[in-house]
Amino acid sequence: MFGTALIVFREVLEAALIVGIVGAATRGIAGRGRFIAGGLALGVIGSLVVAGGAEAISKLAEGMGQELFNASILGIAVVMLAWHNIWMSVHGRELAADAKKIGGDIRAGAKALSVLLVVIAVAVLREGSETVLFLYGIAISGDTSAQTMMVGGAIGLVGGVAVGWLLFAGLLRIPIRWFFSATSVLVLLLAAGMASQAARFLIQANVLPSLASPIWDTSGIVDNSSLTGKVLQGLIGYDATPAGMQIAFFVVVMASILAGMAWARRRMSAPVAHATPATTTT
Amino acid sequence: MFRFAAATFLALSLGAFAANEPEFNLAIEGHKFTPDRVEVPAGKKVKFIVENKDATPEEFESGQLKIEKVIPGKSKATIWVGPLKAGEYKFVGEYNEKTAKGTIVAK
Repeated sequence: MFGTALIVFREVLEAALIVGIVGAATRGIAGRGRFIAGGLALGVIGSLVVAGGAEAISKLAEGMGQELFNASILGIAVVMLAWHNIWMSVHGRELAADAKKIGGDIRAGAKALSVLLVVIAVAVLREGSETVLFLYGIAISGDTSAQTMMVGGAIGLVGGVAVGWLLFAGLLRIPIRWFFSATSVLVLLLAAGMASQAARFLIQANVLPSLASPIWDTSGIVDNSSLTGKVLQGLIGYDATPAGMQIAFFVVVMASILAGMAWARRRMSAPVAHATPATTTT
Repeated sequence: MFRFAAATFLALSLGAFAANEPEFNLAIEGHKFTPDRVEVPAGKKVKFIVENKDATPEEFESGQLKIEKVIPGKSKATIWVGPLKAGEYKFVGEYNEKTAKGTIVAK
């Protein structure tokens, strides 16, 4: 039972951290609860579908279907998170100034939320499908009774969700002045970390060269299989022994998002500067 | 000149991917790997064919090798490893970590 709980906890943890960050990052946008719940529901349904089709997926692309599937899922999440951060670089200040203002702008809010719904859905789907396969394995092996498995799984699930909730609640305690800067840094790191993990799957699929691996080895300090390692992996894509290609993906994605945010801000501030004298003349 | 360089690069990179990598077989049976210790050449990309003879799925996982792959029950999976520096690399079957353990030795 403890073994089951631990594995389920580890799988749930990563998704829970992502949901915690996304939940906090959408603070003040009307209807976010429904979108988060929708993302979770889609993710759970998706997990069952993916777990059911695991064998078919594995056989795709000359046996590399699973790697390419994981890399694509991560790629989608990276694009969505990037879009969110660029959007927030413009709207975050409005949200911080007046939480209700954007809440009223339902169309803009819904767009931001549907992007994050996809992020939550794919995060849950990726970790969830592995959990489903694991539990299925236990169920048919008959080593443990179904009841023990359910209890273990439930403990793991609750534990993982609790950590995600702690992160969410902790983030909400950040004063509103710095709040959106803090969540945007987290989303930035999350996206870059996911890009690095996507690179890892592409190397594993033999699609990309590793460009020297590992570049460094910090497994003596924080190992990826430890709890701290898992949390850091979920938050910033921490890898104790990264390949050169992973670092390249991390840096390029981070630089691109930062450039996109700067570009969006410049584009927004230009017309505002022109509008000010016009209003004073009337 | 550029075309030549590009063609050479393409040929080299295709060669790198299509070359005949040494192949190794592993089996999972009764939640155990056989063999549980495999010697591979260091500095070369090698290919593992892992056959899961159990009815239950298993996840081949190794932090050191940077591999994470679910192998459904009664099926085979291809896993690319390396190029590795000389040394020992541990791997486990994550779903049955107590029994499913193995080591790859690069020499």
